[in-house]
Amino acid sequence: MQLDEIKIGGLGASRRRVEDNRFIRGKGNYVDDIVLPGMLHMEILRSPLAHARIKSIDTTKAWAIPGVRLVMTGETMASRNLAWMPTLSYDTQAVLATDKVRFQGQEVACVIADDPYIAKDACEAIVVEYEPLPVIVNPQQALAPGAPLIRDDKENQLDNVVFDWAVGDKDGTDRAFAAADVVSKLELHYPRSHPSPLESCGSIADFDRATSKLTVYMTTQAPHIIRAAVALVAELPEHMIRIISPDLGGGFGNKVPVYPGYVASILASILLERPVKWIEDKTGNLISTGFARDIYLHGEMALRKDGKILGVRMHTDSDHGAFFSDAQPSKFKIGLMHSTFACYDIPAAHLTARGVYTNKAPGGVAYRCSFRVTEAMFFQERMVQAAADDLGIDQAEFRRINFVRDDDFPHRTAFGFLTDSGQYGKCLDVGLEAIGYQDFLRQKAEAAKQGRLLGIGISTMTEPLGAGNSREYDILGIKMFDSAELRVHMTGKAILRTGAKSQGQGHETTWAQIVAHELGIPADDVTVEEGDTDTAPFGMGTYASRSTPVAGAAVAMVSRKIRAKARKLAAHLLEVSEEDIEWELGRFYVRSSPDRGVTIQECAMAAYSNVPDGLEPGLENNAYYDPPNLTWPFACYIATVEVDPGTGVWDVLNMVAVDDCGVRINPMIVEGQIMGGLTEAYAMASMQFITFDAEGNCVGSNFMDYLLPTAWETPGFELHEVVTPCPHHPIGAKGIGECATVGGPAAFVNAVMDAIKGIGVRNIDMPLLPDRVYEALTERHDVSGAPPVKMDDR
Amino acid sequence: MYPSRFRYEAPRSVEEAIALLHQGGGEAKVLAGGQSLVPMLKLRFASPEMLVDINNLPGLDYLRVDADGTIRIGALCRHADLEKSTLLAAHQPTMAAAAPLVADPIVRNRGTLVGSLCHADPQGDWASVMIALGGHIVAQGPKGRRKIAVADLMKGPFQTVLAYDELAIEAVVPAPKGVAGGGYLKLERRVGDFATVGVAIAIETSAGSVIRAGIGLTGVGGSTINAVDAAGALLGGPLTADTIARASELAAQAAQPRSDHRGSATYKRHIVSTFVTRILTSVPDSKGKAA
Repeated sequence: MQLDEIKIGGLGASRRRVEDNRFIRGKGNYVDDIVLPGMLHMEILRSPLAHARIKSIDTTKAWAIPGVRLVMTGETMASRNLAWMPTLSYDTQAVLATDKVRFQGQEVACVIADDPYIAKDACEAIVVEYEPLPVIVNPQQALAPGAPLIRDDKENQLDNVVFDWAVGDKDGTDRAFAAADVVSKLELHYPRSHPSPLESCGSIADFDRATSKLTVYMTTQAPHIIRAAVALVAELPEHMIRIISPDLGGGFGNKVPVYPGYVASILASILLERPVKWIEDKTGNLISTGFARDIYLHGEMALRKDGKILGVRMHTDSDHGAFFSDAQPSKFKIGLMHSTFACYDIPAAHLTARGVYTNKAPGGVAYRCSFRVTEAMFFQERMVQAAADDLGIDQAEFRRINFVRDDDFPHRTAFGFLTDSGQYGKCLDVGLEAIGYQDFLRQKAEAAKQGRLLGIGISTMTEPLGAGNSREYDILGIKMFDSAELRVHMTGKAILRTGAKSQGQGHETTWAQIVAHELGIPADDVTVEEGDTDTAPFGMGTYASRSTPVAGAAVAMVSRKIRAKARKLAAHLLEVSEEDIEWELGRFYVRSSPDRGVTIQECAMAAYSNVPDGLEPGLENNAYYDPPNLTWPFACYIATVEVDPGTGVWDVLNMVAVDDCGVRINPMIVEGQIMGGLTEAYAMASMQFITFDAEGNCVGSNFMDYLLPTAWETPGFELHEVVTPCPHHPIGAKGIGECATVGGPAAFVNAVMDAIKGIGVRNIDMPLLPDRVYEALTERHDVSGAPPVKMDDR
Repeated sequence: MYPSRFRYEAPRSVEEAIALLHQGGGEAKVLAGGQSLVPMLKLRFASPEMLVDINNLPGLDYLRVDADGTIRIGALCRHADLEKSTLLAAHQPTMAAAAPLVADPIVRNRGTLVGSLCHADPQGDWASVMIALGGHIVAQGPKGRRKIAVADLMKGPFQTVLAYDELAIEAVVPAPKGVAGGGYLKLERRVGDFATVGVAIAIETSAGSVIRAGIGLTGVGGSTINAVDAAGALLGGPLTADTIARASELAAQAAQPRSDHRGSATYKRHIVSTFVTRILTSVPDSKGKAA
């Protein structure tokens, strides 16, 4: 009798997360839980000013405090050629400032002491004399004539422009606009936000002089890349570096970059020959580590009266802070911004993108976003709603008119991406049905008679997930494949290791399910390990929803290699030739005599105890997987809201999510990802942003000012699914980790804009705080988060 | 969290606590619920030499209503005790409305009403409520006890008239002379956020006429604001659309908000007036109908 795949925890089983056994018992093992003998503690002194020349640093008083072991400044780093380090975007970033500080919170000095209290006291005893310089906090200031030069450390850097980049068909787009009946324009700002994982960043560097081995416990989503980077930057031999990423308390992109604290703790351990622990506090995390977004859009759509989009023209100005350290591996300067409008059939499109330096924290990371896809899809869906309104066409109908049709795949987008599958119209229909679209429109009209403001917002999008393929994606030249290694023990139990690194995604649960699906070994019999570069195969880590598309594919492929060898063992055990053998889940049998068979467990035992001549013993293998393309999940999010005209407060009435992420490995985990993503989407739409005052002070340096929504205000979500398997993924899966964060915000904003439609307001920038909504309602003008940079400024 | 070093004392009696405060000579801080003090220690905004933890003091966790209707709240009565109290729900609509809006459930489990008053944060909810109710605190020092009206307690942001060696023992809400009505409304960006604007109103009516009124405003000035004129506009007759409109206008005038990331001054004034109107129009009249 064939195994029941759900019972053994295979594909489609909502298996409980095995890692939760330790997490909910408080038995997780995070970096800060690790205590090594003789361990010292490091604290960082940060700049209080956003832009200032360092005139002097006096560390005398800090050295004098009992228990202080080392005080490091930029000079210490420079003596080891480590004052600056390369970024993932081919720029440089100061480790400890030597010449000037370029953002508030920048690392200026470090103290290593016997305990963290002493280290903190000693940091306060360091006297730094600053000469303040003019501060730049937005692209408009950065681009103004005569603006102070932020990166005067760089030769040939004469202005504050990081890059000026273009993609698409300019002439074709110009022609489309010339032929348009209506041109719809929109100016938007996607504000700066922060991934803000529950656990901040930290490391324990442990350099052992006796063995020359450097072991670093580190909060990293990509331990193997860190090992390569340490080998290249610190010029240490790669085999003498061991990076261990233990349990991580969330990442959301925040834990991809290399931060000065990691580097400083490593140097401190080398200098002191003792383990050095650095644990960032929440303020340090919020003000200095990788932020996300902070980008302005000028968007235009060329439209035909009947609703057909003829062309799209976009210009973005992105604020990268003081160092261009975007953690993104594509060949494209502005990440995958040009994946915008991928679900629509657009004849022509052109995008220009300019990046600038400002006196703000660096590290544009993909906060639950596949490299600017969050912005791309938000801009797209806000523009689509404005265009539908400008044409007077129903917003759902307008999307339907322009969707890529189910029979149009593979489809080449206007910006050159190749999408491969989807049922966009069906997802929209499921969403409209679930929300009760027509009913709601009637309710809205009724409510309007009593002065109540109801609105409905739709967001539909397909996004490129799973970086990458080796043609277009690499990090410091390392190709974006991923890996899995599977060892089946003689009793049929197994250990699987991958080059990815879970930060809460549940890899220990889902990877075992893929093995169960491919081999029939119950998921409970498979241990999953990740994050230790001495034991795991080389991989590129977890971000950009790439784990299932890439490492997950490698898990399937290595399982198939194991199955191929097991087949030889089965033939030997059954005394027939391989060609006469059939496979069903967990068992090989003789085609002509199905009762005669051996289980995968019996094959495993034979691999160690009864190996035929000419076959190597053992049952283990590895696989490196280079995906042929990105995966393209699709989603339709619909929100209904009511706006209180007396206060500008808006409440979500209903929120429906329809996700098509292909085949779902563990539906419960997928739903958890969507719930979490929608919560973050709601946060960005309603309350979350990091802003700066004119002096460059970060307003949002703690959780009193940077708001994370709690269960109290987060609305309920109703989830639905459509399944269109990915044609090139071994098990038909697509990425899902980021879809809801990417697509969700526009649904909420579109809903509020729909509620106040007709008063002449085109846009309120996120977050839609009550005062902004109230201002738009009463003053009847757009409300922007910060001064926009117009296309004409170019 | 890595605060500066401090001496920690956990006295067993009020007298011992006061002696320690006296000994601290102005460099000691009282630790009750710790929900404001501990974050300030963490950020090193406060670096006291000594913490006097009063959580072991016996008999200060009470919430009771005297026979005459006076409400007494001990220094160790937690916000959560007030939130769950059936006494407040039955006797004191303004406090009952405010209790579930204070901070978030986690803070409410530890934080205390008396501690909140002594912290004198202009964005604290209870000071507005107590001002609206005409409440006072009882403070005990080396020379004995004294009463301080909450309206007189705050000298400025985070500053009170308490002497360094005085301990606030309880907060008191006087017995109403008429039927108590009122409420508390708060605009916050998120549960647990400080108030963008909070409005507390307490009125007492007798024979359909307002005989006492108090309005306290949260988050719209350097201290909690006692909107005396606005409250005065309600006295001497029934609540009407006109008196409500007048009180709303005067309350907005009494507010001294600053424009910040929670909203513009104009917006905050508008919210004050909206909330005054909303609270008063929902106060039931003698027939149980909203005005």
